[in-house]
Amino acid sequence: MSALQAHLPALQVIVPMLTAPLVILVKERRLCWAATLLASFCALAIAVSLCIDVLHGDYIRYLMGSWPAPWGIELRVDAFSALLLLIVNGASSLALVGATASLDRDIESSRQPLFYAAWLLALAGLNGILVTADAFNIFVFMEISALASYVLISAGPNRRALPAVFKYLIMGTIGATFYLIGVGLIYLMTGTLNIADMELRIHEVADQRPILVAAGFITVGLALKAAVFPLHVWLPNAYTYAPNMVTVFLAACATKVSLYILLRIDFFVFQQNLSGHDFQFSYFLMPLSLLAILVASTVAMFEPNLKRLLAWSSVAQIGYITLGASLVSVAGITASLLHMFNHALAKGALFLVLACLGMSLRHLRIENIAGIAKQMPWTMAAFVLAGLSLIGVPGTAGFISKWYLITAALDSGPWGTALIAIIIISSLMAVVYIWRIVETAYFQPAAEQAVVSEAPLLLLLATWTAVALNFYFGLSAGLPVELADSAARLLMGHMR
Amino acid sequence: MTILASLAIPLAGALAILLASRVSDNLRETMTLVTALALAWNVWSLLPAIMAGERPQVTLFEVIPGIDIGFAIEPLGMLFAALASGLWIVNSIYSIGYMRGNKEKKQTRFYVFFAFSLAATIGIAFAANLFTLFLFYEALTLLTYPLVSHKGDEKTLRSARVYLGILLTTSIGLLLPAIIWTYVVAGNGNFTPGGILAGHVEGPALGLLLGLFVFGIGKAAVMPVHRWLPAAMVAPTPVSALLHAVAVVKAGVFSVTKVIVYIFGIEHLFSTPSSGWLLYAAAFTIIVASLVALRQQNLKRLLAYSTVAQLSYVIMAAAILKPLAEIGASIHMVAHAFGKITLFFAAGAIYTASKKTEIGQLSGIGRRMPWTMTAFTIGALSMIGVPPTGGFVSKWFILAGAFQADNYVAIFTIITSTVLNAAYFLPIVFIAWFGRETEGAGAHHGEAPLPIIIALTTTAALTILFFLFNGPVIALEAQIFGGPSS
Repeated sequence: MSALQAHLPALQVIVPMLTAPLVILVKERRLCWAATLLASFCALAIAVSLCIDVLHGDYIRYLMGSWPAPWGIELRVDAFSALLLLIVNGASSLALVGATASLDRDIESSRQPLFYAAWLLALAGLNGILVTADAFNIFVFMEISALASYVLISAGPNRRALPAVFKYLIMGTIGATFYLIGVGLIYLMTGTLNIADMELRIHEVADQRPILVAAGFITVGLALKAAVFPLHVWLPNAYTYAPNMVTVFLAACATKVSLYILLRIDFFVFQQNLSGHDFQFSYFLMPLSLLAILVASTVAMFEPNLKRLLAWSSVAQIGYITLGASLVSVAGITASLLHMFNHALAKGALFLVLACLGMSLRHLRIENIAGIAKQMPWTMAAFVLAGLSLIGVPGTAGFISKWYLITAALDSGPWGTALIAIIIISSLMAVVYIWRIVETAYFQPAAEQAVVSEAPLLLLLATWTAVALNFYFGLSAGLPVELADSAARLLMGHMR
Repeated sequence: MTILASLAIPLAGALAILLASRVSDNLRETMTLVTALALAWNVWSLLPAIMAGERPQVTLFEVIPGIDIGFAIEPLGMLFAALASGLWIVNSIYSIGYMRGNKEKKQTRFYVFFAFSLAATIGIAFAANLFTLFLFYEALTLLTYPLVSHKGDEKTLRSARVYLGILLTTSIGLLLPAIIWTYVVAGNGNFTPGGILAGHVEGPALGLLLGLFVFGIGKAAVMPVHRWLPAAMVAPTPVSALLHAVAVVKAGVFSVTKVIVYIFGIEHLFSTPSSGWLLYAAAFTIIVASLVALRQQNLKRLLAYSTVAQLSYVIMAAAILKPLAEIGASIHMVAHAFGKITLFFAAGAIYTASKKTEIGQLSGIGRRMPWTMTAFTIGALSMIGVPPTGGFVSKWFILAGAFQADNYVAIFTIITSTVLNAAYFLPIVFIAWFGRETEGAGAHHGEAPLPIIIALTTTAALTILFFLFNGPVIALEAQIFGGPSS
């Protein structure tokens, strides 16, 4: 076992990646599901084990093929990557637990093995981004996960997914290309692709202008992939028309991984080398975050399609995450990272609820769920509870991140009060869009006598596990707080 | 352990009620009563220790570094918990009569959420720090929502939306920043005798922070954040009686008083001029709410506005910032609770027996419902503050505190509002007993069902008994300011 222990960072990627071709060979859809689930849980276990090792600010290095770092490829897991690994693998595992029934509805059985393979590749890609310490490697894994997720999103029966995914493909490719141009520029100036090495060598660069240009390309490219307002246009439709379970998986983690790259490269490489970069970063990100929070919440308040409503809410919540980061302080980044974790929990649970509803309803529009709480009491109770977490009611995970975000804003001087006002206004907007659904489901008379029954057991199990986690991490937030805090100190430690 | 049991009993009770409802309605109601009795017994068993000066506390777990979920009992919280749990028994008896008498739907949901609400109330009463208080405060808002929206029609839903909207807006918008501000400057939010803010927040900022707390605690219904309370009157009357005359609104004024005494510290507030506005805000609420009450035609809405005014008595008493007045504030919570729950019980009894809701319809009803109207009269006298009712005792203390501080605004307000209270309650009492009954609609009815009569007689008796035997309560509350009673 201890022999394996040393290879965990590599296995984090290899396990899902090698399971992918196996799944295609198996062909029997239940076996495929079981294999995928097993691989995902293995990856989750690896992530948890890595988490424990790096909890207190240490990091694990792994040299691929034992080639020394700047020449060979280095994997490096620290608190920041561990936090994201936990989110990604947790979301994937939880979604897979409940996936069978929902996927049988959305995808014909002959294509299911291919679907599971794509899922595993997406997972492997996301994990790869998180464990590698090499900027070009990140690009490669980014493309793997992106291509796989295009397949996942368009796999459903809804043909409107095709234009949505095409838009995502174009935007995603532009984003990735921008990133590649940025990395290329840095490589030109420093001759290295290893992030830690870049950090050292960039001091020696006499002409800073190409570095500044690189910073611009990388920031905009990744902001595009992370759906930072106003580069979010691909997101609502992609989430809306994807198969329900895919939305659960991707909504909880895909954009957050892009934000991870953005923060990592920015803080490790640029912050200390470009003079005044913290101001540039802050003034670029903060207004956009505030706009995201307000505009997207407003749209969500009036959106009749439930999946798109939650997708808009995601755009707003990404705004919270970038807002925390834009404060460029330990408290702010802690809040930001914590919100990545907590939002994944809340939004994952909510999309799982929509998957439950999707078992009985063809169209997930608000008028279709009138009075549905009577037929689906467990599903709607889960919705209310997960909704509370999204709003940020005390006792739920969402509250913890709100607490940290407001604390960080209070610390940040005269701007703070205005930020707090906006955070609070948007929380109240969240009350409006969540409660609109709750009222419809509980109090409006059912429209037609459609045959609606409670969702299948496994799906409910996954949903309620997610809900329970929202409350567990709302009342005992030690683990994510510690991880986020270590990660924030790590990032800020690279500032001069 | 008893502290945690006080939280666990209503939660377990809710489950028991849910399970019992599968068997029979009678068993369900029995479970409600058993839970109420168990809770009251458990809470009251803590009383001797607190009277003896002990301050039991328990920390459940750490949420995030530096912030715990913890409970600690002090006299103010003890009183509130004892009050709420004691009246729950009476209210449960009343509920049975009311819910059956009016053939309400979804009674199981009603009893379950009622038990949940009580758990949240106890959590507020025993909270050891601001974080825990806030947790249960929000829980209480959300758990009472199904009770307020019980009827489920469009009008009810609109009112319930106002209820939820105002309470959540104020708590998230003002209270939460206030709490976080406190934690940031003082390093913790523990309720500590003498307060924790002295030396951390001074000058105008203190007045601002006080404002965030007072208006953030929307349940205290200081104008202009009082609108949720009349809106909440769409709930079935037992809810209005226990929750919107006792548990929820008292949770509001309790929290304000507790924050003033244990977070700000009355000396610190008294020496900071910027906090003086609170007294005027409360005085304004008392007068204006009384004037609005004068104009109400609907009995429950009148009672609601009367509650708004009476809550601000507690706030004003607390804002006088003198020990006697703080004691008056806590006693007024009790006195008002007995009186107002009686009035609501009577209003519900009238509705159950005759379906009458407007004041104009009450002419001569005293002869048909003598028990109910006697209780109503006692409640009304207590609101005005006439001896021998409980309302007199608390007014005495508040006035004494006002004189201690030479606070003429407070004295003037109390006198004016007493006149106004008389002006809107006495006409009702008068027409009920001496008016001529109008012919027609629903003329032939008698008294309300027996459980209702038992309940309202009990609380009316308590209103009078509190005038005679208030010593222990005063002794308990005197402990807030150092040692056993002086």
